[in-house]
Amino acid sequence: MRVGVVTFPGTLDDFDAARAVRFAGGESVALWHGDEDLVKVDAVILPGGFSYGDYLRCGAIARFAPVMSSIIEGAKNGLPVLGICNGFQILCESHLLPGALTRNKGLHFYCKDQELEILNNTSLWTKDFKVGEKIVIPLKNGEGSFQCDDKTLAELEDEGRIIARYVGENPNGSRNAIAGISNAAGNVVGIMPHPEHAIDSLTGPSTDGLAFFTSVLKKMVNA
Amino acid sequence: MVKVIIDVMLKAEILDPQGQAIANALPRMGFSLSPVSTRQGKRFEFTFDHAPTEVEIAEIKKAAETLLANPVIETFEIRMEH
Repeated sequence: MRVGVVTFPGTLDDFDAARAVRFAGGESVALWHGDEDLVKVDAVILPGGFSYGDYLRCGAIARFAPVMSSIIEGAKNGLPVLGICNGFQILCESHLLPGALTRNKGLHFYCKDQELEILNNTSLWTKDFKVGEKIVIPLKNGEGSFQCDDKTLAELEDEGRIIARYVGENPNGSRNAIAGISNAAGNVVGIMPHPEHAIDSLTGPSTDGLAFFTSVLKKMVNA
Repeated sequence: MVKVIIDVMLKAEILDPQGQAIANALPRMGFSLSPVSTRQGKRFEFTFDHAPTEVEIAEIKKAAETLLANPVIETFEIRMEH
């Protein structure tokens, strides 16, 4: 069970994402933005950071990196893909997920431990959660406000594609307090807070984030 | 030289916290302006040494749709300055 972790110029959280994969019992494989070859990995993580310096729009340049053409094609054929923070922004720019992430309401960069409510445990990345479960994982972003049109929002709500919502005060102005969503097939998930920073009580506020990574590994064992 | 200018703006229904921050700064700085709305956008310039052909204009439009603007949240306008 090999999970690829992509590094773009400006990626920050690839190391933690790889560590989370290993903690969950998988093998992490480093993928480079300039290389189209996914070396037959079973799943891909687009980690957080500031790919290409967030130039133009967050994720807008990364979306056209050589590695993304393979990931977009793979995702359309069922490859599990998790985008965290900047990775979520890249998935939206790639149109693998609907909507867009815009500047936080109030313009503040937030860095805090955030409570979330899990709303979906059918996606490939959330099977190990219970619906209604409350988790605490770090949130750190300046452009995390999820925006989409009314029709898309209704689809996401009606089809159960909202993975998690912020509990308490909506930290960034996201529509319907959305923290994460999935595509219709459930193999592509984007989440703004950082599960990979909450896998070990030594380094995180909880170990709640680990279930994202064990979920996808379990899927691959069963497959 | 011919300049092709692409103006990109957030759609009206998308919250623009930068525009709001500017609106809030104006009275603080002593300006008595009271616009109904203040929005911030981006401007891109392509400079050509010739009047762009129809094919080039079509490519610029495609570049604006796919790269310069995100049609999910933004609109764009293309104009020329001679």
